[in-house]
Amino acid sequence: MTVHDRAVLPLGARRPVLRINEVDKTFNGGVVALRRLSLTVNEGDFISLLGPSGCGKSTALRLIAGLMRPTVGRIVWEGGQGSDDLGVVFQEPTLMPWNTVAKNVWLPFRLRGQSFASVKDRIMEALALVGLEKFADSYPRELSGGMKMRVSIARALVTNPRLILMDEPFAALDEITRQKLNDDLLSLKARTGATVIFVTHSVFESVFLSDRILVMAARPGRIIKEIEVDAGYPRGIDWRTSPEYAAVARATSETLTSTLAPDEVH
Amino acid sequence: MSVTHNTTPRDQQGSGPIFDEEEERYARAQRIEAIARWVVPIVVLALSIWLWDRVVVWNEIPHYVLPGPGLVLSTLYEDRVTLFASLLVTLQITFMALAVAIIGGVGLAVLFTQSKFAEMSFSPFAVILQVTPIVSIAPLIFIYVENRLVGLLLCAWIVAFFPILANTTLGLKSADHNLRDLMNIYKASRWQRLRFLQLPSALPYFLGGLRIAGGLALIGAVVAEYVAGTGGIGSGLAFRILEAGYRLNIPRMFAALLLIALTGIVIFATTSLISHFALRKWHESAIKRE
Ligand SMILES: Nc1ncnc2c1ncn2[C@@H]1O[C@H](COP(=O)(O)OP(=O)(O)O)[C@@H](O)[C@H]1O
Ligand SMILES: [Mg+2]
Repeated sequence: MTVHDRAVLPLGARRPVLRINEVDKTFNGGVVALRRLSLTVNEGDFISLLGPSGCGKSTALRLIAGLMRPTVGRIVWEGGQGSDDLGVVFQEPTLMPWNTVAKNVWLPFRLRGQSFASVKDRIMEALALVGLEKFADSYPRELSGGMKMRVSIARALVTNPRLILMDEPFAALDEITRQKLNDDLLSLKARTGATVIFVTHSVFESVFLSDRILVMAARPGRIIKEIEVDAGYPRGIDWRTSPEYAAVARATSETLTSTLAPDEVH
Repeated sequence: MSVTHNTTPRDQQGSGPIFDEEEERYARAQRIEAIARWVVPIVVLALSIWLWDRVVVWNEIPHYVLPGPGLVLSTLYEDRVTLFASLLVTLQITFMALAVAIIGGVGLAVLFTQSKFAEMSFSPFAVILQVTPIVSIAPLIFIYVENRLVGLLLCAWIVAFFPILANTTLGLKSADHNLRDLMNIYKASRWQRLRFLQLPSALPYFLGGLRIAGGLALIGAVVAEYVAGTGGIGSGLAFRILEAGYRLNIPRMFAALLLIALTGIVIFATTSLISHFALRKWHESAIKRE
C-alpha cells in the first residue's frame, strides 16, 4: 500500500525534495547557530548531520521542520510543502502517555480529522514495519526505551512523508539496542524508500547508516565537509565489519577531530 | 563476532536455597506491611476512642464538659432527623460550590492559556480572593447577597476554586515541549492542541487540585454558615454546632462535628478514587511498581 509505493530511484535520477539556500540562523542573544548552510536533499537520500554538540544540528532540523525561520536565506520545498510532507523523530520518544501505541501512531491522521477506523490498516502496517503490531493496545509506559523509539518512528512514517527528520533518536539507548535499531532503520528505509535526515554525534552510526555525511563544526555552526559513502543498500553486519567501513569511519573521524579547536581536544 | 561465556545457572552454584529463603523473607515482610497498613491505623484509632471513654469515666467528667464516645453516638442517633437534614444542606452547598469551582477553575485556566491578556487581567483577582481569609469576606457577601444559599455558595466557591485554577493552569502549560513541536509540525489548530495535548497533560494536575478543593469546599461551606449565623429550617451542620453551643448541648456539638469530619473523609476518599481510576492506566502517580 501507500507505505511501499515509493520505489528507490537509481542515483542520478533522484528528484530533489528540498533545497536549503545559504541559510544563516542567529539567535537573539547574537549566537550564530548556523552560517551559510546549503544543502539539497534528494528523494531517497539518507543524510547524516554529524558534529559535536552545539554545532547547530538541531537548529538545522528545526529550520527544516518549519519550527523557526532562518535569519537569512531560504528553505524551499520542491513543489511546495504539503501537510504530510514531514515526519519527525526526537531524541526522546515523545509519546503521549495517556494514549495507547496505536492511538499515538494515529496522531498525524487524527490532526487531519481522519477517524481511527479509517486509517487503522495504515497504522497497523506502520507498527508491523517497526515490529510492534502485537503492542498496538499497550501503553507507552509498558514498553522499553527501544520499543518506545520504534513507536515514535512508526508515527513519523505512517503518513508516508516525503522527508523524515531524526534528531539523535538513538543517543539515549544502550549500544545493543542502538545497533539493532540501526539495522531495522535501514531495512525500513529499503522497504519504504524514505528520505531521511539523521542527526547524530556518533561517527560509526553516521557511516553505517548514511550515503551522505555532512560533517559540521561549531562557532559558528557550519558544514565543513561532505563525505559520500559509496556503499549500496542493504547494509548489515558485513558492512559494519568491512575494511571500507573502517576507512570511511577513519576519514570521518579525522575530519571531525580537525574541526575541534585545540582546547576542545581531550 | 560471537563471544560465549560459560555461565552456570544460579541454582547450580549451591547458593540457590539462600536466595529462595531471602526472597521468602522479603515476600513475608511485604505481606505483613500490606496488612499492617490497614490494621495499625484502625487499632490506634480504636485505642484512642477507648482512652477517651476511659478518661471521661475515670475522671467522672460531666457530659456538658466532655461527653464520652458512647454518648456522642447515641446523640447522633436520637437527633438523627435534625442532624441529617442539616448534613444534606451542608452537602448540597459543598457539592454545588465544588461543581461551580470545577467549571470556573478549568474554564478560567483554559482562558488563561489561550490568552495572555486574559491571564494578566484576571489573575490578580484570583490571587486577591485566594489570599484574603474567607471569614473576612463572608460578612460583606451576606450584606450584599440577599439569598442565603447563594451567599453560602459564593463563599464555598471562593475557597474551592483557586486550587483548581492554579493546578489546571500549571498543567495546561506543562505539556511536553517536544509534543508541542510535533503539534506545530502537523499544523494542529488551537482547539486540537488543547483537546489532544494540553487537556490530557493537565488531567493529573487538575485531579490534584480537585482533591484539595473538595476539602476546601466543605471548609468554605461550614465557615460561611458560621458567619451567616441565621438558623431555622434549612440550616447546615455548622449552624447546628452553633445552636448546640448556645444551649450547652455538648454531645450534639460532637455529633455534628463527627458528621462533618466523616463528610470530609468521604470527599477526600472519593476524589482520591476518581483520581486513581482516571490515571491508573498511564500516570506515574497511579502506577504500582513491583
Ligand atoms: N532557542 C535558542 N536560543 C538561543 N540560542 C540557541 C537556541 N537554540 C540553540 N541555541 C544555540 O545555538 C547553538 C546550536 O545549538 P543546537 O542546534 O541545539 O546544537 P546541536 O543540536 O548541534 O547540539 C548552540 O550554541 C546553542 O546554545
Ligand atoms: Mg541537538
